[in-house]
Amino acid sequence: MKDIASWALETAKLRGASHAEARIVDERSRALATKNGRIAGASDSESLGIGIRVIANGGFGFAATDDLSREGVEGCAARAVEIARASSSVKSQELYLVPEPAAKADWVSPCKIDPFSIAIEKNLDLLFAIDTALLAVKGVTLAETNMNFRRYEQWFYSSEGSEIHQTIVTSGAGYAAYSFQGTQIQKRSYPNSYGGQFQGRGYELIEELRLLEHAGEIAEQAVALHSAAQYPEGKFNIILDSSQLALQIHESIGHPIELDRVLGMEANFAGTSFLTLDQLRTLKYGSEIVNVVADATPAHGPGLGTFAYDDEGVAAQCTPIISHGLFTGYLTSRDTAAAIGATRSGGCLRAESWNRLPIVRMTNVSILPGESPLTLEQLIASTEHGILMETNRSWSIDDKRYNFQFGCEMGWEIVGGKRGRMLKNPSYSGMTTEFWNSMDAICSRDEWTLWGTPNCGKGQPQQVMGTGHGAAPARFRNIMAGTAYKGNE
Amino acid sequence: MLDRNQANDIFDKLRRLSEADEIELLISGGRSALTRFANNTIHQNVAEEAYHISVRSAFGNRTARATTNKHDDDSLRRVVQSSEVLAKVQHPDPDLLPMPTKEEVAAAASADCGDGAVHRYFEATARVTPQDRAQGVASMVSVAKRHNLAAAGIFSSTEIVEGIFNSRGVNAWYEQTLAEISVSMIGSSSSGWQKANSPDMARLDPVRLAEVAAVKAIESKAPRDLPPGKYTVILEAAAVLDIVGFMFWDFGGSALLEQRSFLNDRIGTRLFGENITVWDDVYHPLQAGVPFDGEGMRRQRLKLIENGVVRAVTYSRSSAKRMQASEMAGKVGPVRPTGHGFALPSEIGEAPLNIVFAGPPQGESRTVEQMIASAERGILVTRLWYIREVDPYEKILTGMTRDGTFLVENGKVVCGIRNFRFNESLLHMLQNVEVMGVPTRSCGEESFDMVVPPMKVREFNFTEATKF
Repeated sequence: MKDIASWALETAKLRGASHAEARIVDERSRALATKNGRIAGASDSESLGIGIRVIANGGFGFAATDDLSREGVEGCAARAVEIARASSSVKSQELYLVPEPAAKADWVSPCKIDPFSIAIEKNLDLLFAIDTALLAVKGVTLAETNMNFRRYEQWFYSSEGSEIHQTIVTSGAGYAAYSFQGTQIQKRSYPNSYGGQFQGRGYELIEELRLLEHAGEIAEQAVALHSAAQYPEGKFNIILDSSQLALQIHESIGHPIELDRVLGMEANFAGTSFLTLDQLRTLKYGSEIVNVVADATPAHGPGLGTFAYDDEGVAAQCTPIISHGLFTGYLTSRDTAAAIGATRSGGCLRAESWNRLPIVRMTNVSILPGESPLTLEQLIASTEHGILMETNRSWSIDDKRYNFQFGCEMGWEIVGGKRGRMLKNPSYSGMTTEFWNSMDAICSRDEWTLWGTPNCGKGQPQQVMGTGHGAAPARFRNIMAGTAYKGNE
Repeated sequence: MLDRNQANDIFDKLRRLSEADEIELLISGGRSALTRFANNTIHQNVAEEAYHISVRSAFGNRTARATTNKHDDDSLRRVVQSSEVLAKVQHPDPDLLPMPTKEEVAAAASADCGDGAVHRYFEATARVTPQDRAQGVASMVSVAKRHNLAAAGIFSSTEIVEGIFNSRGVNAWYEQTLAEISVSMIGSSSSGWQKANSPDMARLDPVRLAEVAAVKAIESKAPRDLPPGKYTVILEAAAVLDIVGFMFWDFGGSALLEQRSFLNDRIGTRLFGENITVWDDVYHPLQAGVPFDGEGMRRQRLKLIENGVVRAVTYSRSSAKRMQASEMAGKVGPVRPTGHGFALPSEIGEAPLNIVFAGPPQGESRTVEQMIASAERGILVTRLWYIREVDPYEKILTGMTRDGTFLVENGKVVCGIRNFRFNESLLHMLQNVEVMGVPTRSCGEESFDMVVPPMKVREFNFTEATKF
């Protein structure tokens, strides 16, 4: 791979590039899915190619090819330089990369059991057993299961001398039961919606999820939702389960702290951010107990945002984002860090694969658990009136990340510190900083889960990236709820 | 660019390597380039050439797929073996059909397919260079600077091929170019936006798009607060596309059979206003896209909605067979393979992706300007954003307005307003369309490209407002 990269770097230099990076990626993935007792997806895929990013005349250029012959790679590098020169013809600001020492490293993500070593029959047997268990419950009209594995191997070389080889294995699985009755379609998912749980681990994750054990209960809940009361409209104390809180973090903290958004680079598509530069170290983002980090280091756990180096050769870091409620940090890259006076990138530049330009992405943006022991049941017991919401069903937020609305699959009324009746169609809405400032309790480490969001879209051409979000159940006071159905009764 | 002969050669090699009962090759890819700008600067600029070789093997009623981007003999051997290994261990699918023959494809292609030919490859688009795109961006940045605004957006050009070959004789090939421009104009308290695409680069006018976006940014500056509630809205065509696209994924036989469609128990009933008639028509002159499906069946023109009544949904070969055998068969309109299936195995099944709204009768069409002039009080919406489904059966969707939302009073645009969140049922919305314009090819970010009209809709349900 070093030879292939050297063809790219040398050609870029000869053509006049002042900086060049070559990323060669070899990836393999497997996707299995069932639906109502039949195969809905059975595919293996592999992809190998090179992406070359250069700076020439003060402009960025990027070209990618799957032709790894010397001719193909050199042609691709020449194209990247030509594109960079075209970029430099339209600029109102200078491009500057903050320094980063060259690194030489070889890193493999933790993986106890290679998921590709597991017999496909075993995977399918598990999925079909879940499918059968879901459909065994009367009233379930659709059962969906899925299992996904990916092995992502990358070689990174730069004109500054970096040589970094990383291999990351990710696994994920989940299922959903749907029930159609009358004029409603209800749904329950396990262990999370939209594909389940994903982490940077091997098949051991699938075993730990104990998927089949929960199938009966999940199916029964999907059916029971039809006879549950409609979620009320008004202001309530709400408790979010950890998977819903993880998505709340993703949307209302993770995206607005992306410095490229803040600087307007995503204005046409993903949007900008309310977190203008003057807010750094001045904005009271949340209450005193809100502590959030962006942590890509393996010490944080095997999240989808865990790595050793990002895709421009910057070492993984832990950046405090919110410290005791105060906004303290952005997600940065070498070309954006200088805007906040940083002398080093936060190491957040990531690409979907070899054929995509790396852009600022979330790593593992996680809320830290409470320091005093507190279980979910204890949190419920300490809540006089409130509503517990579980598992995301819909999510939407404006293009500056102020106003949001989330829907969940299921709610539980809390009265006198006890979990009461089931509620259907729960939703809540609010403004980001008002919401985080209303948080008055969060469960401790035992209730904390590092969730994976495998489907975060950003960039043009759009890139889908996995991000990690650690969260524990938390309570928020006086939150507007039920507006999703307002006016549609 | 990979051509049809090269693709045929690849399929011949795969076929020789195959030990399966049947083999299918889906090959797709091409060249694409995208120049991205923000703050009046090109900050990202990319190009790639890549192709995917996707092989489906079938042993009786077992099938699976493997995909590679490598063309060498070892990789082709491996992709065939991978698909075969995966297929052999599948649980049998009693509804899996043999791959179609070329005779079956020809027989299913009724008059609704025309001759099945479309011309959407333009040399001028394929020849666009990085310098050409930079020049186009420069022209939009000039507009921004003239108005003291910051421009952000994209200018892309692509040429793609897609082919399908199977061991029973199907051999279909498609080539297309597409150029696309999206531009946002950013002011200190407001923004405006426009987007357009076409297979023919000559049909795009970056300066005109930039000027319209700039006017929206200027006219919506210092936006006023307006209380949420039900308003008459004038939705520009892109806003219509953004929201209505969410319902067409339910227009499939598989969605009905799996009871995940809002059309369950509703086909043949009047769901929308009488002024709503919708086709799926890949052959429409303003449409783009592949005229055959994931098994090589030609897409048929379908009248999905006629005067507010859902008349038909799409089918793959397999879902048509399953529907014909189901108790729903007599209640869901015509049941036949329509050429809308996704590549197998598929979680979704099928869907119409070439939506064309019928325009209003002659003399009843109104431009957006005429809709504004006829409005006593209402909201003009440029685009909608971050739309998600709140209720799958009542089709309640939530989302935000974005990049140019205006108060209209007494027939005039009065001022920009802060953006609203909506929670609106599509059933309700399409029952309340007062006036429509001429359908145009439109593109947004929330749905696939369509031919849709701007609409004036009463009682559109805004539930909250944001801070900008």
